[in-house]
Amino acid sequence: MPVRFQLNGVLIEENDVSPSMTVLDYLRENRLLKGTKEGCAEGDCGACSITIQSALGRVKTVNSCLMLVPQLDGMSVLTVEGLSAPDAPPHPVQQAIVDNHAAQCGFCTPGFVMALYAFTQTGETVTPDSIHEAIAGNLCRCTGYRPIVDAAVSLGSKAEKVIPPAIEQSEYYTDGNEDFFAPRSLGDLVALKSQHPEAFVLAGGTDLAMRASKDRQPFGQVISTANVTELNQIERDEVSVTFGAAVNYTRALPVLEDIAPSFAQLVRRLGSRQIRNLGTIGGNICNASPIGDTPPCLIALDATMIVHGTGGRREIPADAFFTDYRKTALEPDEILEAIRVPLPSPELVFRAYKVSKRFDQDISAVVGGFAVKIENGIVISARVSLGGMAARPARAPTCEAALIGQPWTLDTAIAAGTVLAEEFTPLTDFRASQGYRARVAGNLLQRFYLDTTQQDMPVEVMAL
Amino acid sequence: MSTADSLDQIKGAVHTAVRHDSAENHVTGQSVFIDDMPNVPGTLHGALVKSPHAHAKIDSIDISAARDLPGVHAILLAGDVPGRNDVAPIFEDEPILAKGPVEYIGHPIAVVAAETMDIARAAAALVVVNYIELEPVLTIEEALSRKSFTSPPQIMRRGNSIQGIADARHQISGEVSCGGQDHFYLETHIALAVPQEDRDMLVYSSTQHPTEVQHGVATVLGVPVNAVTTEIRRMGGGFGGKESQSTIIAALAALMAAKTRRPVKLRLARDDDMVVTGKRHDFLFRYQAGFDSDGRIEGIDILMACRAGNVADLSSSVLIRALCHADNAYYLPNAHIHGYPCKTNTVSNTGFRGFGGPQGMVAIETVIDHIARELGKDPDDVRRANFYDTADRDTTHYGQKVEDNIIAEMVDSLSREIDYPARKQAVAEFNRQNSVLKKGIALMPVKFGISFNLPTLNQAGALVHVYTDGSVHLNHGGTEMGQGLYIKVAQVVASTFQIDIDQVKISSTNTAKVPNTSATAASSGSDLNGMAAHDAANQIKARMAGVAADHFEVDDGEIEFRNNRVYARNESLSFAELAQLTWENRVSLSATGFYSTPKIGWDNDTMTGRPFYYFSYGACVSEVVIDTLTGENRVLRTDILQDCGRSLNPAIDLGQIEGAFVQGMGWLTMEELWWDDKGALRTHGPSTYKIPGSRDVPPEFNVHILEDAPNREPTIFRSKAIGEPPLMLALSVWLALRDAVASVGDHQLLPNLNTPATAEAVLMAVDDIQNRSQGGNS
Repeated sequence: MPVRFQLNGVLIEENDVSPSMTVLDYLRENRLLKGTKEGCAEGDCGACSITIQSALGRVKTVNSCLMLVPQLDGMSVLTVEGLSAPDAPPHPVQQAIVDNHAAQCGFCTPGFVMALYAFTQTGETVTPDSIHEAIAGNLCRCTGYRPIVDAAVSLGSKAEKVIPPAIEQSEYYTDGNEDFFAPRSLGDLVALKSQHPEAFVLAGGTDLAMRASKDRQPFGQVISTANVTELNQIERDEVSVTFGAAVNYTRALPVLEDIAPSFAQLVRRLGSRQIRNLGTIGGNICNASPIGDTPPCLIALDATMIVHGTGGRREIPADAFFTDYRKTALEPDEILEAIRVPLPSPELVFRAYKVSKRFDQDISAVVGGFAVKIENGIVISARVSLGGMAARPARAPTCEAALIGQPWTLDTAIAAGTVLAEEFTPLTDFRASQGYRARVAGNLLQRFYLDTTQQDMPVEVMAL
Repeated sequence: MSTADSLDQIKGAVHTAVRHDSAENHVTGQSVFIDDMPNVPGTLHGALVKSPHAHAKIDSIDISAARDLPGVHAILLAGDVPGRNDVAPIFEDEPILAKGPVEYIGHPIAVVAAETMDIARAAAALVVVNYIELEPVLTIEEALSRKSFTSPPQIMRRGNSIQGIADARHQISGEVSCGGQDHFYLETHIALAVPQEDRDMLVYSSTQHPTEVQHGVATVLGVPVNAVTTEIRRMGGGFGGKESQSTIIAALAALMAAKTRRPVKLRLARDDDMVVTGKRHDFLFRYQAGFDSDGRIEGIDILMACRAGNVADLSSSVLIRALCHADNAYYLPNAHIHGYPCKTNTVSNTGFRGFGGPQGMVAIETVIDHIARELGKDPDDVRRANFYDTADRDTTHYGQKVEDNIIAEMVDSLSREIDYPARKQAVAEFNRQNSVLKKGIALMPVKFGISFNLPTLNQAGALVHVYTDGSVHLNHGGTEMGQGLYIKVAQVVASTFQIDIDQVKISSTNTAKVPNTSATAASSGSDLNGMAAHDAANQIKARMAGVAADHFEVDDGEIEFRNNRVYARNESLSFAELAQLTWENRVSLSATGFYSTPKIGWDNDTMTGRPFYYFSYGACVSEVVIDTLTGENRVLRTDILQDCGRSLNPAIDLGQIEGAFVQGMGWLTMEELWWDDKGALRTHGPSTYKIPGSRDVPPEFNVHILEDAPNREPTIFRSKAIGEPPLMLALSVWLALRDAVASVGDHQLLPNLNTPATAEAVLMAVDDIQNRSQGGNS
């Protein structure tokens, strides 16, 4: 079955393209659409931004360097060349950038155009904050951004009514050498995984795709979870919310906002919109990076991983899921099906904090999830979980013990913070030194206390 | 000549906010960068074989496996260079492929040309090199103690610094360092070399210095300079990173093209670009100063040691600009400023916007800060006490009289505008009420010298044709990297001819059209090329005026070019009609223009002279907040007043000011080059090396261009250079962070805060102050 998609208004069928080819390379080399640029090939600069839209979905901006061509199946794709007809006036987004002197060297400009175009299609309120969030995945080295932000302000947010065509999607694509499976049911997914144990399981691909974009290595076999119905559900009952493993961050965000605003705030900093439109919580979990942002929060919130293999379904508590550096409790035939997050009870005090060199679109030096229950001024339960402090996302039992039973005071937070600072032996690397990581981890407990008890005192620089 | 306020003004005159000439092409994706040019069939792609060791001898190289890979056309080593394996911009012996020991991790050893980039990269990975590892020198300190330099130390001296320091009432000494910076132009290095007949070579190179690329390619290929043509329409950013480093990439592409007789494109992946090519120099400073009770400096000694890397490249020039900006805005009566370009086994550092000036200012601003802490004074009072002033305090430590000094006026004007004293009080009040977050505020004055330090480089050429329909073709030696040089020079030509700017065709920089050019660097692009184009246009205009005078039977002096027409008393012709008439009269409508900057001179033996035609000035106040628990920090507000002379294009200049400030802020805060203990750069892509994003820009960011400030020197339409000076205004951010850190110790102690002031550096400085201060709560 071919890969079918609409590109700048024209229906395309591809039969021969390698499934390991990135969309960026495809656009530039096969389609000679040179407006889309490669600035980094790792999804961090945004010069390759395009938009995609499924038949029922919204316009989403993505990094074309981190997408494989078969992931376009069924999509309507727009590049900077397709935003306005060749001899027509520029699109309002393009004109706003011209009018605001918001392009200098021009290399990042097509990416900004597409990110801002997607932003105008969301219908959200235009504020400095929403603009920064919308372009957090786009780097400009010339302008200092002010004119780009002004261009966004001048545009406002006004969605154009574009109804993309329904395009039949394939469950299997091959160029004759490599295979790309896109099963639609959990049963098929599990069966494929056991038939092809060496295949790469692709969720959003925002990390995995670097094998193609940077390492220039073929995948051989890929099993995509994107179209599996069961993995795309978000289910809520009285006690929990269950996120299918293929639910991307953009879809999860409003739900997280509702149940744990602090977690949602952290997810907004987890990559750019381009990343969050593709990336999934399931992918972040299975990637099992010690500096992943969601695992410490999920551990602190006492989430449960629901996994599925040939033997059926089983459940693993989040704090038992990460076994070692980039290792999980998944058996070779198992896939992550869903993540169940208990609804925080009203008395649960929870915060997630992330410390990195840059506020947006940066990988954490330290990330902390803190959850305590206080009764009569005494800490009766505590879950403290950290990323960036060990080979895996990990709870801090000694620190938890230093909290439980103590009065919830600044002194307790400082004392438990000192314990926390000594509980791990983090690495020194380019993100932070061992000493800094330890000190910050401990200090975050102080912030947690102040943040949740001193309403009128700002405790984060972004609060000003 | 046009004036901005004339009623019948042409479109796109000088001093108007014309938009960038490529704006519409940029937003629609139609602008062609080198990688976007259509591939000629048969084009090959290059990849580098790089050293994994910081210092090693090459024992053996086995290319057999790589050569056998289908699609590979050539694997070339140092021995394959037909000419001289050397592209040193100033000195000698800077090979494009290692010929002796490898001297840094990433040092190119071989290049592979293959049918696709993927094959080339795969083949490069198959080249087997055996090394004998040698001891590397990885830090400035180590090179300094070994006296290992890439060129001789440079020393500026005035008066007797030892005596000046000793005789002063107060003395301080200290050490500070500043980090390097990757350019992170969005377009990585790229060159496309296309072999021509007669072994000529056409090279499309993303370069700020087409002439040096031309020379480098000719040297490497062993052909005369006239056999090589370099062309560049635009770069996707340069910032100094494509001043000398492009030559390496272009010469490698040309070498492969010459050997394979095929077009060869060499485009560096981002990680290779960051590992293989040079960056802003990091510096270590050691200072001693003596001063009076007002904080007025009486003697100063500053050691400036920079990381040159494995070869000299431009380091000696960067260093001299650092030495020349050791004063910033301050008079240094007895000064000994000595610079050392330290040879390390890291990539050779290169030019970067400001070119040593920003680093030099880090040193003197630290001294000012230190004096203030020592005396318990406000740093701004110490600054003012040291400003260049009247006749007895108006000469720099290298002997140039500061004739155009407006430092105090600008600082006063900005302070008044923003009510700076009240802002300081508000910051102090905030700090009294908040224990976790602390604010800081600081003012940074900037005086920056304009001209290449080396007088020879201050020249430029242009080529202007007028066609018989009145349309104009413009070419000059400057390059476009987004900074708006092309549009500014086009404005100059439009204004000179008094025609609409859309009549002026901007064309790619090409060494066959305008030869022997200087780099587009040192903020000099519009000063030099604008003047050269003005000269060319004026020559043609004078000839056309002569034809018009004959036609109207009036004196030449009665001919006036105005708003697309040419007038003589009450008669007129359109500019196009006069162009046609000029041709019919067999008078040339083409001219080359030339400019060399007057008044400048430099004695390299005494390190004195007038290196700068004039100075550019600016003043900036930034307010920041830090988190004393995590060191996280943020700029809350910045106010800038920048001198642009009489701006050629206020919109373009505003973009330069804002962009430079944000780039400088990144250098001083979040951009950290992190090498491991083997000498490997571990921050080599945007996932690990963080440049500012839109949220990092001060939420309140007020930029004003100084009004009614024509350059007192007769520069092009009395404008001033703008590319680099505003970058140094960002030092206000670092000074404000120091102020915030110092507030933790009630401003009694000098913060230990080097740059980049990352969250980690800020937290460590906060902890340090808390540990040192008696009442600390740590």
